[in-house]
Amino acid sequence: MAAAVRSQVISLYRMMLTESKKFPSYNYRTYALRRVRDAFRANGALEDPRAVERLVVEGQQTLALIKRQVIPAVVSD
Amino acid sequence: MLSPGRTLSSRLLRPISRLHLRLGSDGRAASSLPKELIKRHELEIDELRPLYMDFQATTPMDPRVLDAMLPYQVNYYGNPHSKTHAFGWESESAMETARRQVADLIGADPREIIFTSGATESNNMAIKGVARFYKTKKRHVITTQTEHKCVLDSCRILASEGFSITYLPVQANGIVDLELLEASIRPDTSLLSVMTINNEIGVKQPMKEIGQICRSKGVFLHTDAAQAVGKIPINVTDMKVDLMSISGHKIYGPKGVGALYVRRRPRVRLEPLQSGGGQERGLRSGTVPTPLAVGLGAACSIAQQEMEYDHQRVSMLANRLVQKITSELPDVIMNGDAEQRYAGCVNLSFAYVEGESLLMALKDVALSSGSACTSASLEPSYVLRAIGTDEDLAHSSIRFGIGRFTTEAEVDYTAEKCITQVSRLREMSPLWEMVQEGIDLKSIKWTQH
Repeated sequence: MAAAVRSQVISLYRMMLTESKKFPSYNYRTYALRRVRDAFRANGALEDPRAVERLVVEGQQTLALIKRQVIPAVVSD
Repeated sequence: MLSPGRTLSSRLLRPISRLHLRLGSDGRAASSLPKELIKRHELEIDELRPLYMDFQATTPMDPRVLDAMLPYQVNYYGNPHSKTHAFGWESESAMETARRQVADLIGADPREIIFTSGATESNNMAIKGVARFYKTKKRHVITTQTEHKCVLDSCRILASEGFSITYLPVQANGIVDLELLEASIRPDTSLLSVMTINNEIGVKQPMKEIGQICRSKGVFLHTDAAQAVGKIPINVTDMKVDLMSISGHKIYGPKGVGALYVRRRPRVRLEPLQSGGGQERGLRSGTVPTPLAVGLGAACSIAQQEMEYDHQRVSMLANRLVQKITSELPDVIMNGDAEQRYAGCVNLSFAYVEGESLLMALKDVALSSGSACTSASLEPSYVLRAIGTDEDLAHSSIRFGIGRFTTEAEVDYTAEKCITQVSRLREMSPLWEMVQEGIDLKSIKWTQH
């Protein structure tokens, strides 16, 4: 993987973990952390740049979802 | 985030919501409530919420499902049946996308999916609808003794209308006897209803074989797949199923929505239960609740994506739970077949322990004995009775439900708590004492005082 893409993936991973930690619910929080970690681990060996790009876009969408969903979770706690 | 000094139990158990304290029971400010009520609320503030281990009763919504639903609750509120404006068109498009997502999960065509208010309504529609449509020529319906209450009750209503119903017994492992099933089909049988995965003991019925039998005899097959959809791979063509009930809140979707799959080729005809404007192919009139349908669709699509991952995880956790408990406690029986089952539903009977007292002792874990629909009555579960469990073992059975969000820590805590509490209750039990001394309980003649 090219160095620029690699650092992008790592920063996406870090941001997703940081946002996931904000869920007040124990079950949602642990699930998000675990699922993000397992998904990145499973796709770690991927070489095809197009597949990687597609997954990065999906990851960014999931990151936005986590940010959106933390708000109602915090408010209704 | 979590300070290392806190114990496992305080990390896992969450403080109870303070919302009710701010508003008071009727919306007035807390300070104007009478003294006794304030005192009760202060006590509750220290109470922690239990761990959730009851995934067969219901499941929490996946955050991705809520994310899909919110726009349709807030901004895109149109009626999907309004044909004349954009509000209607966008709602309809969302509803049709959801329909396709549900269909894809079970290998069906989107035109074969009808949205309902839940699996109970789907079961009612399928059983009463099919039986009543074909009532001039066919008056016999077959089901099993371990079905959900709504199926059994629908059959009871049909019996009062003059239909003849056969309630098939199940074997001791919870699975129907295929030869008995085939033998009970008569020339005037219209419908056979068998649930795919049982909600109390987790047993998986041999649906492919049952489908083969029904197809060869020209009988419609209905299955209540509420606990199976999204958890095991399901294909309505492989299973030769004609009608299938789906429930939203069992697959991390919203409550209040479900679906019924009705085969088009060969066509299954139903007499509709709910009359009105002819929505949903005329089979279920009424406005389809777009946010709920979108939620169901999202839940189905997520389940399809996550099925392999969830299955591995749930199986691992269930094994962990059962291994831990059975390695430390003797005289624990797992109800239902050990192989033909869904791993996430573990029903264990603890001999020489009373079920209610065990549930109360385990009050910081949310568990159930038997199913939620029957938990109000004191009778032991009819499902356990159908598999031939002794009366006393049926009273001491607990159902552990494991799902997508369960963690290893929760499973370990539950297992340890269970072991401690069962041992403690057994220490106090005179029956246990007698068993330890080698007395055979069945040989005792209990006398009246």
